[in-house]
Order: sequence, then structure tokens, then C-alpha cells
Amino acid sequence: MKPFDYQRATDTDTAVATVSRNPNARYLGGGTNLVDHMKLGVSSPELLVDVSRLSSDTVETLPDGGVRVGAAVRNSDLAAEPIIRQRYPVLAHALLAGASGQLRNLATTGGNLLQRTRCVYFQDVTTPCNKREPGTGCSALDGYTRYHAVLGSSEHCVATHPSDMAVALTALDAVVHTQGPSGPRSIPVADLHRLPGDEPDRDTVLEHGELITAVDLPALPMAARSNYRKVRDRASYAFALVSVAAAVDIAGDTIRDVRIAFGGLAHKPWRATLAENALRGAPATEATFRTAADAELAEARPLSDNEFKIPMARNTLTSVLRDLTQQEGS
Amino acid sequence: MTGVLNTVGAPLERLEGPAKVTGTATYAFEHRPDDPVYLHPLQATIARGRVTNIDTAAAESLEGVHTVLTHTNAERLASTPDSELAVLQSDEVGFRGQLIGAVLADTPETAHHAASLIGITYERHPHDAAFRDDSDVVYTHDGSNPMMSADLVHGDVDTALAAATFTLDATYTTPAEYNNPMEPHATIACWQDGELTLHDSNQGSHVVRAVVAPLLGVEPERVHVISPHVGGGFGAKGMPHSHVILVALAAKALPGRSVKCALTRQHMFSLVGYRPPTVQRIRLGADSEGRLTATGHDSLEQTARIKEFADQSANASRNMYVSPNRHITNRLAALDVPPGTWMRGPGETGGMYALETAMDEMAQVCGVDPIEFRLRNEPESDPSSGLPFSSRNLVACLREGAEKFGWRHRDPTPGVRREGDWLIGTGVAASTFPTLSFPGSMATIRCCSDGRYRVDIGASDLGTGARTALSQIAAEALEVSVEAVDLHLGSTTQPFASLAGGSAGTASWGSAIVHVARTFREEHGSTPEPGAETTATAPPNPAAGEYSMHAYGAQFAEVRVHADTGEIRVPRLLGVFAAGRIINPRTAHSQFLGGMTMGVSMALHEHSVTDERFGHVVNQDFAGYHIASNADIGSIEATWLDEYDPHVNPMGSKGIGEVGIVGTAAAVGNAAHHATGIRVRELPLTPDKFLISP
Repeated sequence: MKPFDYQRATDTDTAVATVSRNPNARYLGGGTNLVDHMKLGVSSPELLVDVSRLSSDTVETLPDGGVRVGAAVRNSDLAAEPIIRQRYPVLAHALLAGASGQLRNLATTGGNLLQRTRCVYFQDVTTPCNKREPGTGCSALDGYTRYHAVLGSSEHCVATHPSDMAVALTALDAVVHTQGPSGPRSIPVADLHRLPGDEPDRDTVLEHGELITAVDLPALPMAARSNYRKVRDRASYAFALVSVAAAVDIAGDTIRDVRIAFGGLAHKPWRATLAENALRGAPATEATFRTAADAELAEARPLSDNEFKIPMARNTLTSVLRDLTQQEGS
Repeated sequence: MTGVLNTVGAPLERLEGPAKVTGTATYAFEHRPDDPVYLHPLQATIARGRVTNIDTAAAESLEGVHTVLTHTNAERLASTPDSELAVLQSDEVGFRGQLIGAVLADTPETAHHAASLIGITYERHPHDAAFRDDSDVVYTHDGSNPMMSADLVHGDVDTALAAATFTLDATYTTPAEYNNPMEPHATIACWQDGELTLHDSNQGSHVVRAVVAPLLGVEPERVHVISPHVGGGFGAKGMPHSHVILVALAAKALPGRSVKCALTRQHMFSLVGYRPPTVQRIRLGADSEGRLTATGHDSLEQTARIKEFADQSANASRNMYVSPNRHITNRLAALDVPPGTWMRGPGETGGMYALETAMDEMAQVCGVDPIEFRLRNEPESDPSSGLPFSSRNLVACLREGAEKFGWRHRDPTPGVRREGDWLIGTGVAASTFPTLSFPGSMATIRCCSDGRYRVDIGASDLGTGARTALSQIAAEALEVSVEAVDLHLGSTTQPFASLAGGSAGTASWGSAIVHVARTFREEHGSTPEPGAETTATAPPNPAAGEYSMHAYGAQFAEVRVHADTGEIRVPRLLGVFAAGRIINPRTAHSQFLGGMTMGVSMALHEHSVTDERFGHVVNQDFAGYHIASNADIGSIEATWLDEYDPHVNPMGSKGIGEVGIVGTAAAVGNAAHHATGIRVRELPLTPDKFLISP
């Protein structure tokens, strides 16, 4: 790999200033994705600024009842946090569905959000890829697409976002706090990741040098009744074919409120607002669940290898909602 | 004396176990020569054509880079018909990923970085990497497997099928599967004073010497191959691949320096072979009693245009069941792809997936229980050769397995058992692998000054426990305790031994050790002087050619399929094997478990995807090419029958390294059909194939 410099950041302002002024500098968190990319030649930074000891690694309760997760909190630690397990089980389940124990011990909250697609062509520098080298073409479009997008893709890129955690955060209306060259800002997780459009090289709306410092979970009582279901090609340690994060608020047999996000279907965690709208106020029945899933998936456009994702997503959402609505009252 | 002396039949722990678990067992790449040079290979990024220019200036100007080796400056090898090994001998490219050069530098990082600075231009020729049944590419091979012809025809299958009461005509496909031993291939080469020393991860040090020496134009005695510990091979280390030649060439370019090369996981998807993909059509005909009257098995496999390899998967149907009419054909489709090679249970593993799935389907067609169907078609002698079996206990394995597994209460109706969201089914398949022995292995036994016996044999321990089993065989033959034996293997400093392959290692090497031990006692008596020594070669087996020799097994699987998502799990697996005398029950048990685990992996996961446009496997790492994870493996029970076979070899043992994987995938697939009513004829059995859309 290309030689690079390494610095351990001592404070956020310096880290942001350092990376912002060098287009070939990158932040280093757990390194579970970036270091792979450096070995593969997908990424060749000149400078790594290690922020894994910089941001907060604590989980704290906010005055409004929400929860703030420091960007450096490791995935394993977050999944084991009692407040997460009790109040946001969907998030704990999503974290534990990701990667392996060893990787979760290293991977950070901020880094997990910013991991890049596992599209085989993106990771293979001998094949064209618009995300890796804009303008070279998309090899996946007419290639191997089992793990690729069926929603929101473009002719330039059909990759999926690989994170499980981000799908749960999207369903929970979580908000990301950043510190960038233009100062601090807050971005809903649902708006953090982009659809590929004609700029598939840009995964997120973040500017170069903008650093995620924390993620806020809103106080969302219905999240206590939530789950994450990941369907994959083996029982553990595989990326999602389809995943569903869902939380429901049910009164009698009626769905009062619901949050749903899909993973494995799009370039970003897919907030299923059409399905949510179809479910709010509707009876909790199998037929309602399927109608809601169909509403969300009506615009799905499968590729040669992934037509199965549409019935799989429909069935998985139905299965998750069935289980959540049949639970004893929360 | 067994047990008392801890010899054959004792569940001895691996002798090198403590060294392995404490990290002190030295694998090939872990040898630490002084002042090594690191090699980073350059691979072609076209599937067919010529290298027209390699611009090495930027790479060579980097500090720490010694040289860049290409076809323009590499030494000429002796002419060879083996194009895989003719490394850097021309500008031609025959497959994507082929070695076209190497960077040599002081650190692996520098070598890697330098490689990224090299500009390569090509003249591209049209390539063909699309595996298919098409007369443009399909041919009948001859010669690459001299012991097995491509075809076997007995009687008239078409006429018998027309007259049969029950028939089946089904086509099964298996993808290319990659051996992927845990230890990637690695070689350290050093030329010094006209001698080449290779620390190399392989399945036969003497095989590496025999291949490398003539290519490099040196006497075999001047090539030393050292391989004390090997982290698995599964066939991919059976013959030296191109990287070994590349590293040897590099060492020759830097005499006196040790050149180190460890392949990456990605390299292993183009440089060290794979089980070729197959399309297999099976036609079965049976009479009203469920007795087979016709067996047709036509297999098409991929091969590389630059080097033929024939797995001959259809041959599994030559002698498994009775059938007066038999039509077995093996065909190859030659493509611009990397060469295939042996992978655990070559031939039988793919072929028995198809045959044993077809047997399950045919049992249903005939309305007979699948175990009973096999019992009705059990041959008394080898139906292809007419020879008697040296021993064949498939029936006993099926019966014993049925009893242990609880088969008796099974309702054959598919798709009717459910627990919560999971559909449940059970399935069975037979397993077999030939009992082979390779000629020519030699051993030396020497009485040491402390009264112990030193045994030297240039055999290989791939992690199987061969070192331990051979020590037990030596102890029994010498009539001493195993503690009195000091066995050395894994190097060409020891006498010639055949490769670890074909499940023939223990048989071939053990035969040599038994023969040498007996000769030693004849020559030196039971109280030899220190220094007494005997070297001899294993004599040929007098029973070879008089008996048909195979190991057998019965595999049972319980499968659960999620009714909503199609996810498939294998909570329970049972294998019952008949494999002669078991030398070491502990290591044998591991071999069976390992084979069955690999069989689950084959059934559910393993699937390499060749992108025909580029000509390479695009899911070339463990995130993309799935192998069963721990969570995919439930309860696996492996057991065996006491089987006495006086014909196979002096130990009465049969090979056990491969029979464990054969049949597992069919048992799992048959159970999945029993669970869901969905018959999948295409491996692997992924969730999308069991999705039921309401």
C-alpha cells in the first residue's frame, strides 16, 4: 500500500482543521473498513488522523429523555448498553447482526455510519466503478447484483449501503452531530446518506473534513417495542440480502404509530414512509402488512440477480410486524 | 497389544497439538531467514491476449525495490507442456489473474506499493469465460486422467428407459468451489551455491521437488523442500502452482537472498485451482419393484483452455448401484479461465450431489422410502468392473444411521411439518470414495542410542493428524509403544513419499512404514544395536486389481426452512461411515466432522461468481465467497462401523479425508425438499430459492 502519515488527534478543532485542508487526509476510527480499502488500493490517503480516542465514548441520557451516543462508542459496547437494550431493542439487535464479534469490538458508531458499499466491483480496482472512479462506468449494472439495490438506484450506481446500525438509526429518527470546516451542524440520519444519482462517489452529505461527533436518539417510547430482522445468506457474518428495522405503537388491534426502515435495498438505509402511512390507523392484520409492504415496494426495480429481494422484503416486513403486534403489551 | 502400547486404534492426541496451539509450530511463511526480500506478484487484468509493455521505471526507482521480474528479464525455464507453470516465459495471457511479473523489495508494503506504480499495456484478444453446453467449447477429453476413460457404456439406456415403469430425467448444477485452506499458500525460496531451498506450504514436498527441479534445469537432489506444518490444502496444494515457480525464479535472480511470498485470499481465487462448475443430467429408469434398469449420468465441467483438468463427476455413477444399462459420460467446456484442480473428494463430491439427489427424487417417483430404494439397488459386485468388493458396508451404514437418526417414524410427505415459522424436514444420502494407494513411498527406520526408533518419511501432515497416525502405525509394526517412536516428515531430506491426496496418504505411507518395520526386525531383530537402520520401498498391494475398493457412508440431515424468508438451517447432521480399520479415532472423527462441515458449506453457501465480461471470480474474498460460519453448524455426529478389510493394505485402513464431504449436500437438499416440497437442483441452497410468495 501507499505510504501514509499517521497522527493521533488531540482535539476536535485541530483534527477538523487538519483533515479539511488536506484533500488526501482521512479520519481513522476503528479502521475496520478504511484499512481494508487501503490494502485493496480502493483508498490511498496521505494522512490518517486517528479520532478513535478523541470523540466521546460514552452513552448519556439527555434532558428531553433522548440518548446521546458518542461517535467513538464501539459497536459492541453500544449493543450491550442497558438503556439501549431496554428502550431501543431495534438498535441493539441491529448492532449484533452486523459483522463479527471481533469487528464490533473495534468498529465505532461514527465509522459504522460511514462504511462504504461492499459492491464487489467497488472493491476491485481492476474493474470500472463510478463510485470509486467517477465516469468509468458501473460494472455492477450488467454484472453480479445479488446484493445490489432495488430502490432509488441510478444508471450510474446500483450499490447498497452495508450498515445494519444505520437502518435502525434511520427508523428511530436519530440525528447526527458533526463538526466541520464551516462549524457544527445536526443532520437527521435519514438525510445523512445520499441516493447515488449522478454523483455515486458521494455516499453522504458530509463535506470533506466534517467529523461525526455524536448521534442522538430521540425519546421514542414506542421504540421499546421494536425489532431488527436481517435475512442473509448464512446464519452469521454476512451482509443483508434484506433487513427490516421496525417499531410499533399499538392500541387494541389498531396501529397507532409505526417506524420502518429497510436495509439491503438501496444506496442508503431506506425509510419506508409509504408503508408507515399505509399502516397508521389501520388494523394490525396480515393483509394490512402486505398492503403496506407493497405500497413501499411498488417502485422497486430489480436487477438480473436480485428479483427475489422484493418478495423477500415483503415477507420479512410482514413477519416482523406480525411478531411485534402479537407481542404482549409493551 | 492395542491400547496397552497406545498404537493403532488408540485415540491419541495430535503429537504437534501443543506446538500448534501455543503458536510455536512453524508454517512456511513463518520461517525467518536473514535479510529476506519480499515478492508481490503482478497479475494480468485481461482474460486473453498479450502483454505489449510493462513500464517498471517508477516502481524500480522506489527506495527498497530490488527489481521487477517480467517475461522480458526472467530466466528461461525448461520447455513444459504445463502452461500453468511456464511462468514469465512469454507475453501471452491465457486467463485473467495469470502471473505476469513480480516486484521484489525489502518490505511487503514497498513491494505492494511498487506494484501499484507499474503500467501494463495489453493487446486484448476476444475471450470466452461463459460456462455452457455449446459445441464451440465442449469436447471429450482423453489422457488427463489415464486411469479413467471419459465414457462408460453398458447395455442400452435409451431402450431401457423407454421400457421402464418409472423414470426420472433431471439436471443438476454445481458452481465452482474454492478449496480455501485456512493457511494461504506461501513459499520462501533461496538459491545458494547451485542449490534451491523452498520453505513451502504443500501436500507433498517430494512432488514439489519433482516438478520444480526439471523446470529449473537442476538435479532433483539440489532442490530441498521443507514443509513441516501445513494449514490445510484440500487439494489446492496437491501440485505446485505458478507462484512457486515465480518465487523460485525470483530467488534465482537474487542469489543468496531468501525471497518470501504469501498469497492473499484474493490471489487464491485465480492462482491455486478450484473445483470446476458442473451441469449434470441424470436419467434413471426402474421397474415396478423399484429396481434400477437404467442409469444415465452426463456431466459437463469447465476446464481451462491453457491446461486441462477433468473432475469426472459422472464417474460416481459407475459403480454405486445396480443397473443393467448404464451410460456415463464426462465432457469438458474449455474456456479462458484459470485451471481447476482437485478439491476435497474430487469427482465424487459433485457427482454424488447429483446422483444422490436423483436417487431421492426417484425413490419418490417409485413410491419407495429412500433408504429402502437404495437397499433394493445394492450391487453384489462392482457393476462397472465385475470385480468383487474388498468390503462394502453401505447397507449397514444406512441401517445403523436410520436407527440412530430415528428414520423409522418419518412421514415421507413433503412440506407438512412446522414449528413456529420454521418448516422441518429430514433427508438421507449415500457417500463413497475410492480406497487408493499410491506406489513408491519409502521410509527409513533407525534405532537410536536411547533405544527409541526414528522413522523418516517425506510425507505431509496437512493438519489431518498424519504425523500421529503414522507414529501409531510404526509403533504397532515395530511392536513398541508410540512413545518409543520419533517420526519425522514434511521434507525432502526424508525418503520419497507420495503426495497427501486421494485420501491415500495414510495407506501409501503406512504401507511403507509397515514394510520397513518388518524388514528392520528381520534384519536387526527385536533388540537392535543403536545405529541399526533399514530403508525400503512399499511393495505393491497384491490385491490391487483383484478387488474394487471403496469407503462408504450414509449421511442424514435435518433441515429447517423459514416459511417467510426462505432462510435455511441444518440443526442436525449424522454420518455413519464404513472405512476399514480406524487408525486413530480422535483424528478420524475430526476428519469426518470436517468433511461434513465442508459439505454443509457446499450445500448452503459456497458459490463463486465468474463475471464473464472480465473472466474472473468477482466475489474473491470471504465477505463475498461464503463458507459456513459457526452459527451455520448445529449438531454433527460422525460415527463408524467396525469394518475388517484384509485386502486394502497391511493396516486394513481406508482413506477418510474425503468420504465425509461426499453426499452431505444431497442429504441437506433432500431434507430441504422434505421440509418445503421445493426441489432445488442448483447449488448452493440459498434463501431466495425457498421463498414462497403468498
